[in-house]
Order: sequence, then structure tokens, then C-alpha cells
Amino acid sequence: MFGAYVPLSYYLLLSAILFACGVVGFLIKRNIITIFMSIELMLNGVNLSFVAFAAHWHALAGQVFVFFVMVVAAAETAVGLAIIIAVYRTRETLNVDQVNLLKL
Amino acid sequence: MTGAAPIPHLFPALLQVLPQSSDYIRILPEIVLSLFGILIMLLEPLIDEKKTDEKKNQKVLGVIALVGALAALCATWVMSQSPGLAFWQMVQIDGFSVFFHVLIIAVAAVVILSSYEYLAVQRIRAGEYYALILFGTVGMALMSSAVELVLIFIALEISSISSYVLAGFRRRDAASTESSLKYFLLGSFATAFFLYGVALMFGATGATNIGQISHILQSEPVPLLAYVAVALMFVGLGFKVAAAPFHIWTPDVYEGAPAPIVGLMSTAPKAAAFAVLLRVVFVIDVHALFWIIWVSAALSMTLGNIGALVQSNVKRLLAYSSIAHAGYLLVAFAAAPGLGTSAAMFYAASYAAMNVGAFAVVSHFANAGERYVSLEDYEGLGRSSPLLAATLTIFLLSLIGIPITGGFFAKFYVFSAAIKANLIWLTIIAVLNSGIGAYYYLRIIVVMYMREARKAVPATPAPLSLRLALAACMAVTLYLGLSPNRVLQYSQGSAEQLVQRTGGETQAPALSQR
Repeated sequence: MFGAYVPLSYYLLLSAILFACGVVGFLIKRNIITIFMSIELMLNGVNLSFVAFAAHWHALAGQVFVFFVMVVAAAETAVGLAIIIAVYRTRETLNVDQVNLLKL
Repeated sequence: MTGAAPIPHLFPALLQVLPQSSDYIRILPEIVLSLFGILIMLLEPLIDEKKTDEKKNQKVLGVIALVGALAALCATWVMSQSPGLAFWQMVQIDGFSVFFHVLIIAVAAVVILSSYEYLAVQRIRAGEYYALILFGTVGMALMSSAVELVLIFIALEISSISSYVLAGFRRRDAASTESSLKYFLLGSFATAFFLYGVALMFGATGATNIGQISHILQSEPVPLLAYVAVALMFVGLGFKVAAAPFHIWTPDVYEGAPAPIVGLMSTAPKAAAFAVLLRVVFVIDVHALFWIIWVSAALSMTLGNIGALVQSNVKRLLAYSSIAHAGYLLVAFAAAPGLGTSAAMFYAASYAAMNVGAFAVVSHFANAGERYVSLEDYEGLGRSSPLLAATLTIFLLSLIGIPITGGFFAKFYVFSAAIKANLIWLTIIAVLNSGIGAYYYLRIIVVMYMREARKAVPATPAPLSLRLALAACMAVTLYLGLSPNRVLQYSQGSAEQLVQRTGGETQAPALSQR
């Protein structure tokens, strides 16, 4: 059985760490592609907790949810990369500090 | 899990649950919108090959999009005749979702109408533009009727991904692509938080259906995890509605994105996200969320209004004003579930009418390449194009909250709901903020009427499509300002339904739980 070997909290902790890594990466990295990868890391951290909870509750809904998240993440990636290409064409850079036409 | 166990349970369930025709009727507006979106995508290459008049072709696609939106409004009426749950309790059709369907689809129709001229002036190819508006509307409409966290998430993403692309539609313009990038990165960041909240809610209750979750949370002491989950979901939705402290992206994105799209982005997805928030608010004990909403409302109003004071770009100014208006809406949320819900619905409707109207005027004045969007360019417009200036003035007065416009009653109901819910301090902050807000809206009006034009700004007459769009917005703004009773009664009725359902009655367990 699942619970006998690795307790639920381990999975949740790992997923929280992954999510936190993603958040930190999002905030401190300067390359757009790396920022983008950080977001994917956050989503995968969430996926891990979905699967862990699904096993905990013996409910398939959590695992199905993971598939939906993957599909949506793929769609987001397609659009995101297209936007990044559009930015690169107009600005010739992938550093967010130089993409600063609109004042913050 | 041993793996083989759940499968025998699934088979009889699968046979029982083939979708009924009533299920399809309950998502009819979404079906209609998707079909028209696909139709436009298919027609665009065919039409272009004939090499006839380019502008005419673009118009044809625009007309199809408008017909699609109007057909979806009719479909909403059909849908409203058969209220209830559909698709295994994923979709809930009630007064509440019908209200938001009408609101969102009407906003989309007006935005499509006001885009005709804009697209021609900016030389944007129309096909994907209209299709993406329709697809985005599908997502927003679905958000307002979804009662399953899976579906809410997918609907949220359908609407978000469409708007990421639409924000960058002037793709040779560096500002537009930059705004698209910022919207995309921060939007996905927010989505991840929302999703983490959903995961924790699933972990706390073992369910993803809102009805079930509320049932479970009522029958046992609320676990700490559920509070964290709701807070995270609020972070995600707070980004979408541009509520402080998650509002930083708003001015940048609104400044760079095409003006009609900003009109759409600042109203329809916000209304949809507020609809989701309203449904989520009733799931869990309101007091858990109360202080988060209180602080966020006060911050949004204050930061939005103070930020708007110093802006010289009209789009940026309206962006800050939309942050402030998200704050007023959150005041209504803090007053939920009493009068707050209906006040929030009414506010969303009147805000949509006046803000879409204001952005339609801004997109007309912006001209090719969106060159004329600073406050200076608005000098002397009262003389050079008096009718449009007068229209904009009425929308701005409505945004201030002057009587006989929808904005007045919207603010009035929100504030009175807040006072009845004993939120004296929040009401005081809100009223003070309305005072600050009056300053920068009036500044635009003063600039239009009382300054001589220093720059030569070409004044083009408004085409018929834009006039129709403005007339529609104006009609709704004045209607809500002169006789708000019908809309208010409707929203009160559907708000009561919503509160009662999640309050007392329990729903049957979903299939995934058997």
C-alpha cells in the first residue's frame, strides 16, 4: 500500500518545496525562458500534491485533474513561446530587465 | 492503491452517465460561441484567397463574430429556461450564471462592434482576433456557470490564454508584445497559485465539486488546510481581477494592449473571476476570507485611486481606475452573503457598461499605431468632436458615481450593503476614495472642454459600428441609472438562490465519489 512506505506529508513537503523553488525562480531569474520554466516547475509541484492527495483519498478525481493540468500547461507553453518569439523579434533580447518600455 | 479496484465501479457509472440533451442545452451559449469561432477561423483563409477588397473581407468576419455573439445571447435565453445541473454536476445554470452569461456575452458583442474601425485603422488581420474574442468569451461564460473546480480551472485558462494572445495582437509594436509577455508571465504565475489552492482544497476535503466541498466543510470542523486553500485561490483570482496587492501588472498590460481588448479585459474576465469568487466565498465560512477581502478591498481602492492621480496616459489612468473599481467590488464581497452579493452583481454590470464605453471612445481617439492616448491629446476634443467627447464625459461621470448614471446606484448599493453589514470603516475608506477618484476623472473632462488644443490631433468622424457600440453602452449606463429596480431585483433573487443553495440544501455526491 501507498501509505505504508512513504507518508502523505513527505509528498506534500516535496511538492511545497518544488512550488517554492518555482516561485523563487520566477522572482529572481532574469531570463524569460528561465522564468517560464519556473512557472512549469510550480505547476508540476501542484501536480505532485494532486496525485498524493488522490492516493490519500482513493479518489480518481485528483489524478484526472493532473491530466487536465498537463494539457493546459502544454497549451500555455505553445502560446507562451509564441509570445516570447514576438518579444524577441521586437526587442532582440530575452532579459526581462531590458523589456521595460512600459514603465512600472 | 492496488490499481484494479476502481475499474469495476466505473463501468456501470459510465453507462448511466451519457450526456442528456438537457446537458447540452445548459451549455448552449458556449457551444454557439465555439461554433462561430471555428467558423471564422475556417472562413478567413478562404475569403482572403479571392483577393477582393481587403477591408470588406475583414468586415464580413466581424459581422459573423457579432452574429455569433448575438446568437449566443439568444442561446442564453434558451439556456435560462432549463435551470439545473448539467454534465455530472459540473455546470450549474441558475439566475446567477444567466446574469453573468448575459453580461459577458453582451460585453463581447460591444467590443466586437467597436473593433471594426480599430482593426482597419491599425491594420490588424481580423480572423484570429474575432475568433479569439469568441473563444475567450466561452471560457468566461463557462467560469460563471462552473461549480466544479476542474471546470473552473479549465474555463479560467481558456479565457486567460485567449487574452494573452489578444493583448499582444499589435505584434510589430514593442509595447504590445511587452504587455502580452507581462500578462502571460504574471497570469500563469497567478494560475499556479490558484491551482495550488485547488489542490489543497481537494486534499482537505477529498472533493472537487463546490457543492460537495461546502457540504463536507459544514459537517465537520473546517481543517486548517481549507483556509490555506481558499487564501491561495484568492491570490490567483485576485490577480485576474487586478485587486491589490496583486495589481502591479495592470497598468503596464493595459497601456500596451489594443484599446478595445483592454475594454474587454478590464470587464468581462473580471466579472467572470468575481463570479467564481462569489461561488467560492459561500463554500467556506466567510469569516475565514473576510479579513483578506477587507484588506485587499481597502488597498485596491487606495492604491488604484492614488496611482491614477499622477497618470498622463489615458489608458494607464483607466487601468488604475479599474484597480480602484475592483476594490469597490471587493467591498461588496466583504458584505456578502447579505446584500453584498446582489450589490456586487449590479456593480459588475454597470461597471462593464461604462468601462467598455470609455475604452471604445479611447480606441477611436487613439488612431493609427495608438499614437494619441496621452492626456494632452484630449485637449480641445470638446470642440473638435463634441458628440464623442460628450459620450466619454457621461461614461466618466458614471465612473465617478454621479446620479442618473449606473455608476451612482452601483456605488450606492455597495456602500449601503457594506453599512448594513457593519463595515463602517471600510465604507468610510470607500467614500473617501470615491472623492479622490472624482479628481482624475474630472481632470479628463476639464482637459477636453476647457483647454485649447496644443497639438494637432486628427479628428475622424465615428463610423456607424462605433456609434452603435457607444449607444448600447450609453443605453445600459443610463438605464441602470434611471430605473435600476429590475436589474437589482433580478440580482437579489438570484443571489438569494445562491446563498440558500450553498447554505442549507445538500447536493447528491458526484460520481467520482461512489
